[in-house]
Amino acid sequence: MAQHKINYTQDAGLPVALTSIDKIVNWGRSNSLWALTYGLACCGIEMMASGASRFDFDRYGTIFRASPRQADVMIVAGTLTKKHAEFIKRLYDQMTEPRWVISMGSCANTGGMFNTYATVQGVDRIIPVDLYLPGCAPRPETLQYGVMLLQKKIRANKAGNAQKPKRLM
Amino acid sequence: MRAYTPKDDVQAKPYYTDRFYVSPQVPKEAVENDAVFAADLAAIKAKFEVSDAYIQVGQMVVYIHAKDNYGVLELLRDELEYTQLTEMSAIDWLAKENKFEIFYQMLSMNKRKRVRIKMFIENGQAVNSVNELFRSADWSEREMFDMFGIEANGHPFMKRILLPYDWQGHPLLKTYPLEGDEFAAWYEVDKIYGKEARDIIGPELRDPAKVDRYDSDRFARLGHEVPKGTVITGHEPKIEQSYQEEGGVFMIKKFDKKSSVVIDDPQR
Repeated sequence: MAQHKINYTQDAGLPVALTSIDKIVNWGRSNSLWALTYGLACCGIEMMASGASRFDFDRYGTIFRASPRQADVMIVAGTLTKKHAEFIKRLYDQMTEPRWVISMGSCANTGGMFNTYATVQGVDRIIPVDLYLPGCAPRPETLQYGVMLLQKKIRANKAGNAQKPKRLM
Repeated sequence: MRAYTPKDDVQAKPYYTDRFYVSPQVPKEAVENDAVFAADLAAIKAKFEVSDAYIQVGQMVVYIHAKDNYGVLELLRDELEYTQLTEMSAIDWLAKENKFEIFYQMLSMNKRKRVRIKMFIENGQAVNSVNELFRSADWSEREMFDMFGIEANGHPFMKRILLPYDWQGHPLLKTYPLEGDEFAAWYEVDKIYGKEARDIIGPELRDPAKVDRYDSDRFARLGHEVPKGTVITGHEPKIEQSYQEEGGVFMIKKFDKKSSVVIDDPQR
């Protein structure tokens, strides 16, 4: 058995922390945000850089997963073409709730400079978006800040079943 | 009495449209100036009808009839050593003369020469596929079909290559609007949510540069965030940006700058 060193001068001598269900669930959710690998264009390079050693997303508990069923947050990094639109919807539907979406970069936000027939003018036409990151492409620091803001948002909300599933329509 | 013609911009018009403008053209040389090209052209002319031929920027351009394209390319590949089809596509001249111009760019590694075979087809006419001669024509002819709607007879898989199979329209035609027609504008909405969702999702916003600082639905000013839909008066209290909640987060130690050490010596 593990030997726990107990500080008898704190917390009435008990190795216990008191909190609410909401707080502990949100603590867990916000600190292990597994992201779906979703590099669609050059923003994907910045997303990969954020995950790699220099910026190191693992510190936040953000680990990239290649499967939507294991992911909590979808970072849409790059240009969404109209041909691909149905697949982003399918992958979003495959993610388990609660789920969040970060729209990374100008193309994902509004279509960006691709004011053409083949580009979806903003991913929020297809799926609900929680956070828009400006930039072309945003620096990894921006994405880090974005993830921290998303963590803040998660902690600010109720964690229970009362949370309404997000639907675009 | 003469019919009245508005004379508002009589002075301004020639300023914007130069009636005497002639677009500059790359100078053309006679094929006889180059011995290799002259021999190649003679070999083509011996079997096929050539309507025009010249040298431009060191490359020979030969105009042939559309029905001869397979034969000419076979001749170039097997007898004249032009072993590679590096590029092929079409040019839309529909507005000018209701025709498509199709070009085949050929490369000879032995001769170190490039030849461009060109031909005109009518709108709606199909071409002979050269897929059996050059494998590179496989995707090029599919792209030509995708972008211009020109079909290639004898192609094994004459389908769209870039756009989805259920797309309507051919985007490289000059008549196709850059921002897409009605079908393109609603493509993803119709496909995923159905036509009845058009009213809910709304039309595309085609002006991404438009920034309205009073639009709290679409924009948030950093440090001055307000709830979505609030009418902004310009006197919002400034909100300090922070990475974490001020009181700290449950079970997470807040980073204290004072207790950290900055390493100045990179060689430590």
